Amino acid sequence: MKQKLTASRVVFLVIAVLILLAIAAVCLMPIWHVIMVSVSNPTAVTSHKGLVLWRLRNFDFQAYKIIFQYKSLWNGYLNTLFYIVLSCVITGFLTVIAGFVFSRRRFRYRNAFMLIISFTMLFNGGMIPTYMVIRKLGMIDTIWAMVLPGALNVFNIILMRTSMQGIADALEEAARLDGANEFVTMFKVILPLCKATFAVIILFTVVGKWNDFMSALLYLPTKTQLYPLQMEIRTILFQSTKQISSSADAASMNVYSRNIQYAVIVVSTLPILMVYPFVQKYFVTGMTVGAVKA
Amino acid sequence: MVKTPSKPPKHSGYIEHGGFKGYLHNQALDIKRNPVIYLFLLVILAYFAIFNYAPMVGLLMAFEKYSPAKGLFGSKWVGLDNFKAFFGSPYFGRTIRNTVGIGVLDLLINFPAPIIFALLLNEIHNKFFKKTVQTISYMPYFISAVVACGLVVTFIEAGGPISQFVADITGGEPVNLMNDKKNFWGIYVTMNLWQGLGYGSIIYLSALSSVDQELYEAAYVDGAGRWKQCIHVTIPGIMPMVLMMLILRMGAIFAVGADKILLLYSPANYEYSDVINTYTYRIGILDSNYGLSAAVGLFNSIVGTTMLVITNKITKKLSGSSLF
Repeated sequence: MKQKLTASRVVFLVIAVLILLAIAAVCLMPIWHVIMVSVSNPTAVTSHKGLVLWRLRNFDFQAYKIIFQYKSLWNGYLNTLFYIVLSCVITGFLTVIAGFVFSRRRFRYRNAFMLIISFTMLFNGGMIPTYMVIRKLGMIDTIWAMVLPGALNVFNIILMRTSMQGIADALEEAARLDGANEFVTMFKVILPLCKATFAVIILFTVVGKWNDFMSALLYLPTKTQLYPLQMEIRTILFQSTKQISSSADAASMNVYSRNIQYAVIVVSTLPILMVYPFVQKYFVTGMTVGAVKA
Repeated sequence: MVKTPSKPPKHSGYIEHGGFKGYLHNQALDIKRNPVIYLFLLVILAYFAIFNYAPMVGLLMAFEKYSPAKGLFGSKWVGLDNFKAFFGSPYFGRTIRNTVGIGVLDLLINFPAPIIFALLLNEIHNKFFKKTVQTISYMPYFISAVVACGLVVTFIEAGGPISQFVADITGGEPVNLMNDKKNFWGIYVTMNLWQGLGYGSIIYLSALSSVDQELYEAAYVDGAGRWKQCIHVTIPGIMPMVLMMLILRMGAIFAVGADKILLLYSPANYEYSDVINTYTYRIGILDSNYGLSAAVGLFNSIVGTTMLVITNKITKKLSGSSLF
């Protein structure tokens, strides 16, 4: 049934659309500003005040040439990609076996153990005791400190468990009768039916690792060659662009400092922003399922 | 022990009513029949023991003059001295005030904002417009904390877009907004609003889409206008979700994360930016005062967990919905 369009309704809709457009603009504008500044004339950038909607004076891609030669940044990029892949393997495997164990009805203590594990959602040791454990394990300044802490979390287990509980026992029994062992049953029979949930968990892992700089701040005190991308960006954005000066002359470094900072942001953020609309629906499923089940 | 509500095992060999001996026999048989399950369980338990429960045991250091060389069981026991030192220090009042201040301000603004945004979007029936605005609004969420904080710092410095915008409105000269350290709370919360508005609206939008459309038609037939429909159909429809998110957020008031603040703050504005978690980081990691840091962290955890349990109780009483 179509509801009648009253005059006040029209006014409301116009205002709503305007507000929504303003919100969209506020979300987009900073990103656009950053892109435009990064390709602007550097002297014009220094003297300009306020938002930049189009490149200032002329296009100047020097900043991109400079950061292209900045090895640490690309090293950080590679490290982050490596941590992401490793984390996905570890988190993926552990979460699947945990979901499997806690969803099997033939496992009589599944609820008791689930409760023990769920307690970690409510209470945790905190930053320093965790740091001490990592240190005692000899993981400081190793890649393991970057991927193992937090690799298995209750939230993901609950997601996986709920999804696996929805699969009929008969399917597992049929697989067993066909001679499949537990591993085959889990990975070849049950997991394929939980693909969407698995994708959500992997996606959250990827985003988490992509953003992560606290692990490096805490657990990589000296090994800067293991720094993830975000730590390199942090150096450039918050400390100084002079870090790069080994790869270009210091004078142009000063002139281009803002351009360089923004070029780094573009290079590190644009790939994600290009990909995310295509995986958006998984986030939506993840958020909704997570909220309902948590 | 938790009894399984499922059907009894198909295989024979289990002893019923066998007392403790029978229990052991059944358990051994169970392990023999499901070796992989128990192997997996062992892996999972080992993980949680190391990365989650060992740190909880490590909280003992909050009651010690902890030194890593002497270890947890060799360090000198000092009882509540670390706590007393924290409660007696000038940092106590400051970090509590900033943690609660930022937490409450964040709750007041960033809890309702995504709901209002979702309600507004819900009124728009043009699919293309709705979808576009949604997609754009999620975007800031995918910008990393480091980059987002970098943007904030460069945007609010004198002559930056936001600083200029503020100057245009107030008619003054553009200044670095962080010069006035009291602005820190507002800057932090606004950044969270920018990053979380669209993303936070996702679950409300999905709750909204599951509200029964016939209710709207019934309300319309009964003479309810759009506003009345919103009050009497839409809002009650998403209320359970709203309450659940409220419990989660209330419980997290004390959990103001260290990461973004560590990036944004500087000694010049510690007075308004130093929260419990950043203080824990500074005295623990930077000053190696592990015992005190663990004590501060433990205090924070206890308060946080208590908040979560209390809000959960209250909502349970008021509305019947709860997390646990």
